[in-house]
Amino acid sequence: MAEAARKGRGGRTLSAARLFKFHGGVHLEGHKDIATARPIQVAGVPSRLVLPLNQHVGGPAEALVAEGDKVLRGQPIGRPTGYVGAGVHASSSGTVIAIRDHPVPHPSGLTAPCVVIQTDGEDRSWDGYDPLSNYRTLNGPALRARVREAGLVGLGGAAFPTAVKLSAGSGLKALILNGAECEPYICCDDMLLRERASEVIAGAQALLHALEIERCVIAIEDDKPEALTALNAALEQEADPRLRVVVVPCLYPEGGEKQLIQVLTGEEVPASGVPPDIGYLVHNVGTAAAVARAVLQGEPLISRIVTVTGSGVARPGNVEVRLGTPVADVIDACGGYTEDARHLIMGGGMMGFPLASAEVPVIKATNCLLIATEADIRPRQPALPCIRCGECAVACPAHLLPQQLYWHARSENLDAATETGLFDCIECGSCDVVCPSNIPLTSYFRFAKAEVFARERERVSSDLARERFEAREQRLAAEAEAKRAKTEARKKALKKAGEDSSTRKAMIDDVVARSKARKADASGDKGSS
Amino acid sequence: MALPATHPPHVRPKTSVTRVMGEVVAALIPATAVYVWFFGPGLLLNMAVAVAVAVASEIAVLRLRGRDAGASLKDLSAVVTAVLLAFALPPLTPWYVTAIGSLFAIVFAKQLYGGLGYNPFNPAMAGYVVLLISFPAELTRWLPAVHAGLESGYVDFGTTLAYFVSGALPAGVSWDAIGGATPLDDLKTRLSVAETISEIRAAPLYGDFGGKGWEWVSNAVALGGVWLLFRKVIRWHIPVGVLAGLTFPATVAYLLDPGSHPSPGFHLFSGATMLAAFFIATDPVSAATSPLGRLIYGFGIGLLTFVIRSWGGYPDGVAFAVLLMNMAVPTIDRYTRPRIFGHVS
Repeated sequence: MAEAARKGRGGRTLSAARLFKFHGGVHLEGHKDIATARPIQVAGVPSRLVLPLNQHVGGPAEALVAEGDKVLRGQPIGRPTGYVGAGVHASSSGTVIAIRDHPVPHPSGLTAPCVVIQTDGEDRSWDGYDPLSNYRTLNGPALRARVREAGLVGLGGAAFPTAVKLSAGSGLKALILNGAECEPYICCDDMLLRERASEVIAGAQALLHALEIERCVIAIEDDKPEALTALNAALEQEADPRLRVVVVPCLYPEGGEKQLIQVLTGEEVPASGVPPDIGYLVHNVGTAAAVARAVLQGEPLISRIVTVTGSGVARPGNVEVRLGTPVADVIDACGGYTEDARHLIMGGGMMGFPLASAEVPVIKATNCLLIATEADIRPRQPALPCIRCGECAVACPAHLLPQQLYWHARSENLDAATETGLFDCIECGSCDVVCPSNIPLTSYFRFAKAEVFARERERVSSDLARERFEAREQRLAAEAEAKRAKTEARKKALKKAGEDSSTRKAMIDDVVARSKARKADASGDKGSS
Repeated sequence: MALPATHPPHVRPKTSVTRVMGEVVAALIPATAVYVWFFGPGLLLNMAVAVAVAVASEIAVLRLRGRDAGASLKDLSAVVTAVLLAFALPPLTPWYVTAIGSLFAIVFAKQLYGGLGYNPFNPAMAGYVVLLISFPAELTRWLPAVHAGLESGYVDFGTTLAYFVSGALPAGVSWDAIGGATPLDDLKTRLSVAETISEIRAAPLYGDFGGKGWEWVSNAVALGGVWLLFRKVIRWHIPVGVLAGLTFPATVAYLLDPGSHPSPGFHLFSGATMLAAFFIATDPVSAATSPLGRLIYGFGIGLLTFVIRSWGGYPDGVAFAVLLMNMAVPTIDRYTRPRIFGHVS
């Protein structure tokens, strides 16, 4: 089925001359110029690195080091468990001082197992991975293996293991590199393209080789003219006809991969499917650059570009930060907080979540640290009743009716909410932004989803308990039945024996023998106890 | 640094219910001015009493319900209801009539259902229909348009005020002398005595499309409506639905029997058509909610308006059409959900 879908309709799509629209979306103030004024700054080695073993979608990595071990920069310290997973590497040299639970950047504010490294300041490099500058002679699986061992995950924010995505199979129509970056404030992809466009292109070429396809589109929103110029210049130099840049009009949430695919191709990814189902694979431009480093230089994923922005930080900018660096150190590198800093958010203005403390580390998914003042993020006004104006439905990229979904979520009518498309909601927040009644719609939907999951878990565990109970009842009934049958048989035999003396003697002998055996058993038990 | 909770998204809305309602009121300013020019200052008195009673009753009910009256008043929804009700009433209406309509609209049609956002019926139209049934005489005494080349006299402010306060015309003034039927009313009466449309339209009451004066009020209302569209306070689906729902049957009837059916243009620019299309049917609370649903909802209002005008007992049918379609909203909403992204149907 997938094969057929991939082949169909491929011809008319992906032309720079013809773009399509996704439903809804909102025009937002970008606030990108706050952090694009300065070139990418490379942050120093912090005194301590905190590397969570789970920085990606999938199971946590298994620690490869123990307390007291010396590690080198780039050395694997966590090995992926399971197919969907990613390894973790030390981002500088030093000593492992602990493997323990530590606060991590997560909306729940919970802790998770982390490898804590006291750095030695020497930043000595591990030399485990060879540069594969001859990768064109290797096959797809070999390249995928490198991507996997380098611990690569999607750097756009979702952190899905890159190697897993690359196993999409053959016959894809095109690779799409996502440089849309539609979230307010975030500009790490913009800066990457401005300064390291050739790296992105090299990554694109490696990805094309790994996927064995001949077509790559780099999509970039029209509010990034500098990045576009740099990208075009780098492309001209490379003169690779397989790569093409397509400028897409700036509209949130265009950077969502399903939305971007629709803009570029007019095709919809099925609700329960993934882009390869219709022949496309989307990677973030930052991921492509990381692929280039992993393949051409043998460099595992140990750093990333983080946008540090907002009116709450003294010197906003983009910083190349080693993974595991505490957020507080990154903010210090940008001049520290301003006096009126109020919020610390990981991610952008639309989907970023508040951090419980600045002690959490930068992880693979940390694309942006937004340090906002009260002026940047005004307090929410009290919510008024929904007036059913329908602006949320106009803005919803999933083509839902948030105003209806809201009633079901609010009344915890979860079946109705699910039926109205609760799980098609991508939590982009567009509905919130256009709501004249200030209703925190996205929060309601997140809550409803969590509630559905919680009830599902409850149902599963109560089902299990019921099954166990029923199994026990059955077993007891079977035992009782067996006992009854046995007694019945014995009674019958006894009756029969009354008529035959030799049988009776045999039975008495049998009973005596059994009783002796039981006694011997009992004394044996006593002896052993 | 304090870390107060802020949940994504962190971008705040630029719009508000207050802005939406405020723009609706502002968009009626041109129509109000034109109306006062042709029919005298009565409308302003009606608006004043309607707004005062609406606000007072909203405060009273909210207090009884233990809600924050100040916050609710700020949304201006009560003001919009009152202004629209006043627009539907004849220019000369005794104050207590208007007050009763406004009270009913706010207390019964809105607050008893739970207040803003919960009312299934359009409050202004519910209030209007109560008055139409309770005060049939007061609700059908209209004035002819002055400044429109019509002979009938101008009603001065003293007369207007006297009638407004007491519900009776001052001595020496009679309805026969000052009153005049609306074009829709006049047309209906004359059709019933077997006059043809062309004969009727030749009368001085009638202008290019609708009645003299009235068609200009309709123009000004439509202008306000276009402003609301431009400001994205309303979307096009309901107005287009209403206008199409009225134009389509009116055109068919006109083509089949031009002697007893007025032209579609007459329907569009008479009575409350434009007010319904842009200001009344577009009340989002009591309207259908999906784009397709709104087209259907609007079309139904237009169609019912045509049916009531042509064969019903009332000259205009907007209020009943809106209330009837309000009842159909849950069903319309049920069957007009858009296809969710990535789903087959």
